[in-house]
Amino acid sequence: MMTDLLNMLQQFFGPLWPVVWGLAKIIAIIAPLMIGVAYLTLFERKVIGFMQVRIGPNRVGYYGLLQPIADGVKLLFKEIILPTAANKFLFLLAPVLVFAPALAAWAVIPFDLNLVLADIDAGLLYILAMTSIGVYGVIIAGWASNSKYAFLGSLRSAAQIVSYEIAMGFALVGVLMCANSLNLGQIVQGQAGGFWHWYFIPLFPLFIVYFISAVAETNRAPFDVAEGESEIVAGFHVEYSGMAFAVFFLAEYANMILVATLAATMFLGGWLSPLPSLLPDSFLWLALKITVMLFFVIWLRATFPRYRYDQIMRLGWKVFIPVTLVWIVVVGAMMQTRWAYLFH
Amino acid sequence: MAMIFQDVVFYVLAAILVFAGLRVITARNPVHAALFLVLAFFTAAGIWLLLEAEFLAIALVMVYVGAVMVLFLFVVMMLDINLEQLRKNFWDAIIPALIVGGLIFAEMVMILVSKKFGGLVPATHDANYSNTAALGNLLYTDYVLPFEIAAVVLLVAIVAAIALTLRRRANAKRIDPADQIHVKRADRIRMVNMPVEKDAPVEGEKT
Repeated sequence: MMTDLLNMLQQFFGPLWPVVWGLAKIIAIIAPLMIGVAYLTLFERKVIGFMQVRIGPNRVGYYGLLQPIADGVKLLFKEIILPTAANKFLFLLAPVLVFAPALAAWAVIPFDLNLVLADIDAGLLYILAMTSIGVYGVIIAGWASNSKYAFLGSLRSAAQIVSYEIAMGFALVGVLMCANSLNLGQIVQGQAGGFWHWYFIPLFPLFIVYFISAVAETNRAPFDVAEGESEIVAGFHVEYSGMAFAVFFLAEYANMILVATLAATMFLGGWLSPLPSLLPDSFLWLALKITVMLFFVIWLRATFPRYRYDQIMRLGWKVFIPVTLVWIVVVGAMMQTRWAYLFH
Repeated sequence: MAMIFQDVVFYVLAAILVFAGLRVITARNPVHAALFLVLAFFTAAGIWLLLEAEFLAIALVMVYVGAVMVLFLFVVMMLDINLEQLRKNFWDAIIPALIVGGLIFAEMVMILVSKKFGGLVPATHDANYSNTAALGNLLYTDYVLPFEIAAVVLLVAIVAAIALTLRRRANAKRIDPADQIHVKRADRIRMVNMPVEKDAPVEGEKT
């Protein structure tokens, strides 16, 4: 039935078929992602509300369920103000540059066995490359706004992202040592056989470093000095309004879901079931793991005050990088001994 | 069909690359020039992907686009550059620039027309071929010594850069993070028991 339909469509589109089919798959990933982003904002507001003994949004729709849509519509109808001294082209390009890499990285994420848009060998490197491009949007936004606050925010963000990228990259080196592959699908399959085979156990220090670095990379509290409301108003996006601001907002949440997905894929077994003999592997496991990771990110925001800028730099350079370097050596050394099976 | 498609992609990328490269040297604003350099790196990575050098292509994006150019932009944006002053003596440098440019051009031509280079089409591999693994095998077997030497050179450069820029200023205020972490409540606040100073207002009395 399904294959018949696909064959019919294939004949209809002829040589254009690969393009159409590729676009269909991209939409099948991005549309749920956008809905996820919208409802992540509600999830965050509700969770933080409950943690602070408030109710959170509950006016729009039953239980506040239409709140993200109301927010989106409101921002859509607001005016986009262009500062007169701003560089117009770069000012409008910046939100796109933040958002596009956050979406592009999803191309290599495996959702289930063989369910991946682009099954490339260097998937892990591709993800690192894509996430490192996102910082350009922030830098360009700060510079093109021609505002001191925005510029300070973008400089902070640039320094922070470059610093934490190193720790994050080293944490992932541990994963690829265990998995013997850069392909995300093979990394997940390397963790098959129950939750005690997942990489977060042998690589626990790297898992913690990765998770905290990921929070820092996405500029989330307690690492949100790039926005730093109390010091530099709203940092790099202080001059943005309306939909241009909304795109920054969407990119931040899309990035949050991305790093949570990466943590779930590389350390928590992706789509694999924790008890394979009892429960089948399924995409739902991945969704559950992503949700748990996102809950942790939100929990961090509700709990910790903002780091001071020099403390952020110290944590990245003097704590995380040494921790990852030591643990990579430990993993490499242990792999030469008879306990090597622990690391596979 | 597939070959034609790849050719089209190559020429589109090459056109963007040449345009970006030209704009790097002709853009008036240094920040724009740096951004065009980012575009040039990114497009070059695309061309490398066409050559099935996916590891190098992604490494180029990761290292040059993701790190080096970010810091470069950081510096260029911070500088207070006077464009007029910068361009004042621009044409004085035309003779050395022509010599250097001409030499580079001549060298490129010599390499491109040589028999070893011309018509060399990289071998295509099947989908299972891992570029990264092949590169790793070569780097850690045949080329292990040059690779290690390059690493040592880089390490020396890092140490030298830090040694050159690290200045301990006498009047700089520093905080020891260990002291900060071990601070106790008693170090920072003192609980004072204060008796109520005012009696409750009596009925009918103006306050």
